[in-house]
Amino acid sequence: MPAMLRTLAQKMGLIAHSFSGGIHPEMHKLSDDKAIETVKLASMLILPMKQHIGTPCSALVSVGDHVLRGQKIAKSEGYLSVPVHASTSGRVLKIEESPIAHPSGMGMPSVFIEADGDDQSDHSLAAIPDWQNTDPTLLRERARMCGLAGLGGAAFPTFIKLVQDKRFPIETVILNGIECEPYLTNDHRLMVEKASEILDGMAIIMHMVGTTSGIIAIEDNKADAATAMRDALSSKEGMDDVQVHVLPTRYPQGSEKQLIYSLTGHEVPAGKLPMHIGVLCQNVGTCKALHDAVILGQPLTERIVTLSGDALPQPANLNVRLGTPIRSLFERQGLVDFNGIQIVHGGPMMGERLRHPDIPVIKSTSGILALGQQAIAAAHSAEDPCIRCGHCSEVCPASLVPNLLADFCRSDQTEKAESYQLFDCIECGCCSYVCPSNIPLVHYFRYGKGQVSMQRREQSFAEASRHRSEGRDVRLQRELDEKAARRSRVRRTHAPKAEATPDSVTAAPAAATTADKTASSAEKTVAVDQTSPEEKK
Amino acid sequence: MTGLLYALASLGLFALCAGIVLAIAQKIFHIEGDPMIDNIDNLLPQTQCGQCGYPGCKPYATAVASGEADVNHCVPGGERTMLQIADLMGVEAKDVEEEASAPMLAFVREDECIGCTLCIKACPVDAIIGAPKQYHTVIVDHCTGCTLCVEPCPVDCIDMLVKPELIEHWAWPLPDTKRSQLGHERREQHAGHA
Repeated sequence: MPAMLRTLAQKMGLIAHSFSGGIHPEMHKLSDDKAIETVKLASMLILPMKQHIGTPCSALVSVGDHVLRGQKIAKSEGYLSVPVHASTSGRVLKIEESPIAHPSGMGMPSVFIEADGDDQSDHSLAAIPDWQNTDPTLLRERARMCGLAGLGGAAFPTFIKLVQDKRFPIETVILNGIECEPYLTNDHRLMVEKASEILDGMAIIMHMVGTTSGIIAIEDNKADAATAMRDALSSKEGMDDVQVHVLPTRYPQGSEKQLIYSLTGHEVPAGKLPMHIGVLCQNVGTCKALHDAVILGQPLTERIVTLSGDALPQPANLNVRLGTPIRSLFERQGLVDFNGIQIVHGGPMMGERLRHPDIPVIKSTSGILALGQQAIAAAHSAEDPCIRCGHCSEVCPASLVPNLLADFCRSDQTEKAESYQLFDCIECGCCSYVCPSNIPLVHYFRYGKGQVSMQRREQSFAEASRHRSEGRDVRLQRELDEKAARRSRVRRTHAPKAEATPDSVTAAPAAATTADKTASSAEKTVAVDQTSPEEKK
Repeated sequence: MTGLLYALASLGLFALCAGIVLAIAQKIFHIEGDPMIDNIDNLLPQTQCGQCGYPGCKPYATAVASGEADVNHCVPGGERTMLQIADLMGVEAKDVEEEASAPMLAFVREDECIGCTLCIKACPVDAIIGAPKQYHTVIVDHCTGCTLCVEPCPVDCIDMLVKPELIEHWAWPLPDTKRSQLGHERREQHAGHA
């Protein structure tokens, strides 16, 4: 009932819009007052061939090559992909499979670079200080060439969003500084320390999509970040139409669709993108990276990573080169013994649990957490029956019915799960968080989604196989028909011989020889058999 | 008497009209072939492997539709396909006799290949390329792992390899809670005896 009243009040404009559902987890922002420190260069950097959502890249370098910082070492294959760059100068030691932050524990081909310590940069990309007068398509190509992917955690290739489409003009650019996941503070510190660069990046985006209005969204637990952004904004020219909005803290406000609803009151339809309602959302870290790519001409080779967690002695915000092994970062912050510690890549709500700390920092690494076992909702192995309390439906920001969906997923009723909009689930984890029966709901949804995509893949493979098989049958039939037709043609040519008209006698050997040349061996014998009586005569 | 005649005449007229309508409807809604065959064929995995004893998926679908073959002969399709076909045909579910092996791929050891084209002719989905006296090779994206190319090869240079698991194709398993496993098993048993 309170939810209904709230919606009604929002519709009437009495209170501000806000997405439905959501939770207020303990925020644990242990490192929000820690300034960003730059980490000493690691001696070995591991760069996986895929650090974004989309198709993996293929390596351009070979073992023994000398590379420079910012040099492209892997090229993108396909549209939904961005290249990978060396993050320091050094020698390529090996290219082999190496574990990455993936729930399967499987690896990905990776380039291992042995740092030479000089850290020389590749200056082949020219800076574009005059971006205001540069064609947006050139800037878009720059964003792709520099390997930009969303640094909020999803790592979606940035350049794809930065497009001017006449059918869907972008009216508002939203700068996402929400950072609603507990523990993470990298965006927070970046806004406090690099506000001016972030705003430059945002101005470039607004120039690229052809709009002047923008919103900077910050939650009210980051008051210093909001102040810093406001200060920087007042000194920027041509950004009068940009406002800082401070929103009440709630998880998962940082999720794109939920944030857009909170700010504008417009809902992104299911299966559509924000651009279809004229909105573009970018993370603050991505804006800073775009600033570096355009104004400084630097590809994406480093990012801010929050190291935190109740089991970590010194939480910190670190400026880390991509490819740095996580173990060395933990050691720097005073954690050496990983016994009884759960390592999480990303935030505690949506991140991946890692099996071991020997994976590199990649473009999607917003944070790395070391949690004691009691901090993890470890009770999930003791799942109890659903008591139909309905808490999960109340907190679901996508307005789904998690308990029913989980039942459908568990029992492989994928069609039913899809009709209950399984694919609108953003896997935020609110339902699992509030479930009094400790049902791992999100895990069921992931299982269900995996099953559906597996079935779709199998189906399309079967369809393709059927096409090939039917095509083959048609071809074989045609070959048989052609053979039969040729054979009957040869027979017909020789049939009049029995009547022994003078014309056909002379014509027959000629026809037989042409048939000999063209027909296969089987037909040859037929032709020979028929001509031989003639020759005997 | 006239009443009876009226009744007979009106009934006869009605029957005639109905007969004409039915005749026209049959012409308009005529379906070429048996739709059941296509429906079953759509459920089959299209490996064209012949493990069911029929020379391909479509012939097996035809046999099942005519009631000539049982629903449980498709090995690669496994239990799921069997249940779907049984459901569609409205017949009793039966256990699939053989356990499906892991997905396989054919691989031609090229330095041993003599270029005889026999495997190319045997492949039901045209997934092997090559020409006489040239090396042959398998297009991995199209190979269904049916093993039909292994037998004709005169120099035994074709291996069946386990299909490598791709990170993009990895799917989440069920949560390892007792309840989830139990519920899943129960559901499967229920479906098996339905």
